[in-house]
Amino acid sequence: MSTVNGPDDPRGDHGDHGSHPLLPWETVLERFDPVLGLEVHVELSTRTKMFCGCPTAFGAAPNTQTCPTCLALPGALPVVNAVAVESAIRLGLALNCTIATWCRFARKNYFYPDMPKNYQVSQYDEPIAFAGWLDVEVPSDVGPRVYRIEIERAHMEEDTGKSSHVGGDTGRIHGAEYSLVDYNRAGIPLIEVVTKPIEGLGPAAPEVARAFVAELRALVVSLGISDAYMHQGSLRCDVNLSLRRSPQDPLGTRSETKNVNSLRSVARAVRYEMQRQGALLEAGGRVVQETRHWHEDTGGTTSGRSKEQAEDYRYFPEPDLVPVAPDPGWVERLRVALPELPSARRRRLQGDWAASDLEMTAVLNADALEVIEATIASGASPAAARKWWLGELARLANERDVELVALGIVPVDVARIIALVDEGLLTDTMARQVVEGVLAGQGPPDQVVAARALKVVGDDASLTAAIAEAVAANPDVVDKIRAGKVAASGVIVGAVMKATRGQADAARVRELLLGQLGVDG
Amino acid sequence: MSDLTRMTAAQLAALVADGQASAVEVTQAHLDRIGDVDSAVHAFLHVDTAGALAAAAAVDATRASSGPAALGPLAGVPLALKDVLTTEGVPTTCGSRILEGWRPAYDATVTRRLKEAGVVILGKTNMDEFAMGSSTEHSAYGPTHNPWDLSRIPGGSGGGSAASLAAYEAPLAVGTDTGGSIRQPAAVTGTVGVKPTYGGVSRYGLVALASSLDQAGPCARTVLDAALLHRVIAGHDPLDSTSIDAPVPDVVGAARHGDVRGLRVGVVRELSGEGYQPGVQQRFDEAVALLEELGAQVTEVSCPHFPYALAAYYLILPSECSSNLAKFDGMRFGLRAGDDGTRSVEEVMGRTRATGFGPEAIRRIMLGTYALSAGYYDAFYGSAQKVRTLVTRDFAAAFEQVDVMVSPTAPTTAFKLGEKLDDPLAMYLNDVATIPANLAGTPGLSLPVGLAPEDGLPVGLQVMAPVMADDRLYRVAAALETALVERWGAPILDGAPAL
Repeated sequence: MSTVNGPDDPRGDHGDHGSHPLLPWETVLERFDPVLGLEVHVELSTRTKMFCGCPTAFGAAPNTQTCPTCLALPGALPVVNAVAVESAIRLGLALNCTIATWCRFARKNYFYPDMPKNYQVSQYDEPIAFAGWLDVEVPSDVGPRVYRIEIERAHMEEDTGKSSHVGGDTGRIHGAEYSLVDYNRAGIPLIEVVTKPIEGLGPAAPEVARAFVAELRALVVSLGISDAYMHQGSLRCDVNLSLRRSPQDPLGTRSETKNVNSLRSVARAVRYEMQRQGALLEAGGRVVQETRHWHEDTGGTTSGRSKEQAEDYRYFPEPDLVPVAPDPGWVERLRVALPELPSARRRRLQGDWAASDLEMTAVLNADALEVIEATIASGASPAAARKWWLGELARLANERDVELVALGIVPVDVARIIALVDEGLLTDTMARQVVEGVLAGQGPPDQVVAARALKVVGDDASLTAAIAEAVAANPDVVDKIRAGKVAASGVIVGAVMKATRGQADAARVRELLLGQLGVDG
Repeated sequence: MSDLTRMTAAQLAALVADGQASAVEVTQAHLDRIGDVDSAVHAFLHVDTAGALAAAAAVDATRASSGPAALGPLAGVPLALKDVLTTEGVPTTCGSRILEGWRPAYDATVTRRLKEAGVVILGKTNMDEFAMGSSTEHSAYGPTHNPWDLSRIPGGSGGGSAASLAAYEAPLAVGTDTGGSIRQPAAVTGTVGVKPTYGGVSRYGLVALASSLDQAGPCARTVLDAALLHRVIAGHDPLDSTSIDAPVPDVVGAARHGDVRGLRVGVVRELSGEGYQPGVQQRFDEAVALLEELGAQVTEVSCPHFPYALAAYYLILPSECSSNLAKFDGMRFGLRAGDDGTRSVEEVMGRTRATGFGPEAIRRIMLGTYALSAGYYDAFYGSAQKVRTLVTRDFAAAFEQVDVMVSPTAPTTAFKLGEKLDDPLAMYLNDVATIPANLAGTPGLSLPVGLAPEDGLPVGLQVMAPVMADDRLYRVAAALETALVERWGAPILDGAPAL
């Protein structure tokens, strides 16, 4: 079972199961010039929907957050959510866009069961915000490089419902035994941000794509207009990509890859499409303009609906809504009231944390800025917060194939674990066990510590007794140590650690052992 | 008390308020009348006997417990509601098979306001499917018959509402007017019908035909009754963003004080002559002369783009309607056809729509889909919108010169059932004089001004006013009505044959 994801979802897979020949990466770069375009849907965290008063909370029982308007019952009418308009204007301003003084909604007409009206209220040729830019930073061999991404437009629209196709092999509507639709999501406000074609990226294309989505996400979070959780679909990215032989050639035919639901996948999808299209073109084939579907598991894309057989959306101005004409004074007040934007914030935090460019890049690559900042705010030192989030926690996230924010441990818990280590109450080994307990849902750190009876065995008397036992049990080893083979002390230390169930401080055990034997460490 | 059905809404409201008749008696009299004549007229698709009597009993109970002052302005007065407005728990079909059996979960704002005013909703009236037509013959449930001559059409799309008035089944009705669906039926049945300013009455719960043109309005047998109903249903509604947030013009005051002295009345040059039945033109000309006698300053005005209004309308309307009717797909409500477990969603949607929509609905959906298509949009929908702007400017320029404009409401009197059913263009021409006001969003009213000499059937005169000057319609119509009834010696409907 899977869910479809919006208006342009693939309607069938045409027997394409994603096993495409791929051109080696280096060959793609030698022979082709990639052109990238990104479309990002941001689900707004307004209290109510775009055109009705229904609540928007995530995860409610299906079809409990609906009314005549978002179910499209005959006769019901939309009314624009003013907070959504304000959010769109603020995002537009943060993206350095021009804000329309007058614009309209438009109907995008097509039939699909998860769209109750069989048209989506969107904006067509009159977006609320247009002609902006966003700078993104990508690390390179010669230090961070800034790319200015031009923004074509940011427009408002409503989300569709969510279909679940039950039965069948593909989880798609074709071949399913039946489908269920949840209209709770229908009518949730979205802003779609569309870039202009991004040219001249070469090998940086995957990383620039990723950095753009990451930067946009950070922007949206700093504006407080969306949760921007890619894994929950509150930020969704479509990747448009085409290849051409030379930067002087006209743009090639593009594919539009949907369902790209993590930052890592954005880069992977760009790379994959470059290699797939490259192989196709090298073999004398042609790229079909089509929607493709990204598969997280296989790391590839499959064909969706070909745009050549695509529907004509028959856009026209939405007659049920009056035009939106934001007062210029209000727009100006919103501009002045914008919060500190992510790029400025990053510069400030880098200074506060005394982090090098390299260290900061590591933080950003791990998408760990927020969690580290929050951990520091909860009392941890910048160095320790960085070490934990980029080390053990990043490793666990990678192992579980989730993003750091979705790992299941919150910054305040991480800060508490760091404090316990700093106070000498936990060793690093024990701290890792606490993390494991928190992730296993055993409660906050102190509860895990109590439940697992984790405690550094710190008093020398009990350590001395344990050492004496180990010494008595290993006379051969003791002889070796006395003969100068200090490295052999590891056996005794190991035995003590085992006896104390890992709760002893290994360095102190070694110190006491060597002292007892009268050997210099 | 069968004479209760001959009374006006104003009289009935007074009787109920004064305690001379109970709301239940008034309602029962009209239900009885419906029982007697509706098999011949077929104005109603659904009679809500139990709901009507319960609403009437509630009015009587309120009066008994709290006195007449606690009653709404039209408390206890029965009304026939066009079946395109939603009624909670009561079937709403829009004259279409595709909504057969659907009982809405909510009341339209108009419905709610009627209930709050103590108006007793008798039932839902017949209409052309989704309000597409000028004869009510496009109803999936069979046509309505004109009480003046049962072999003739009652106009459309709101033929049921108009016929219910002319047949004395209800003293009040609500219609909706997208291109003339209130005014043209009023004209051919000898009743009064008003299309308010666009945005004057909430569209929430009005099942849309063409969102930018649809407007609900009052239907009655007298100008004052229409105004009383207008006041109840009009006013800003936060649930309809196209609803105008301004006070409702004083329509009741205007209806009580009809007076055209010094008023500048423009006769629209483009809405007369060829295509207008001689008897219609004659009664219209006489009414204009009467206005002049009553003190109006009559001049001729030109609206040069009105001749293009019909063509523009038949691009804009199908375009919007093709989109508005997309929601009828059998997935969430109403008819679902062909869902036997073997067919895909697309096939079930297709079969539902092919089965559920009648030929006129299908024709307009196809026209609109075509007009909005890539490559045709500019030539069709785009050009039509430009014409719409020019028509709106014609109104603005004309209202620089005159206070109101007048024309015949419809080019002919009621034609025979079946006469134009196979000729859509001839059918569409019925609305040639009413469509400009829908395109411009301006208000219009139709008033009976006599019987055409050649066929003895009612003729309507249309009054048009600027946006939010709905009161002027009533001022002119009330003056004319008083003078005409005085001339005739009785209301025009007294001349209709007994059913």
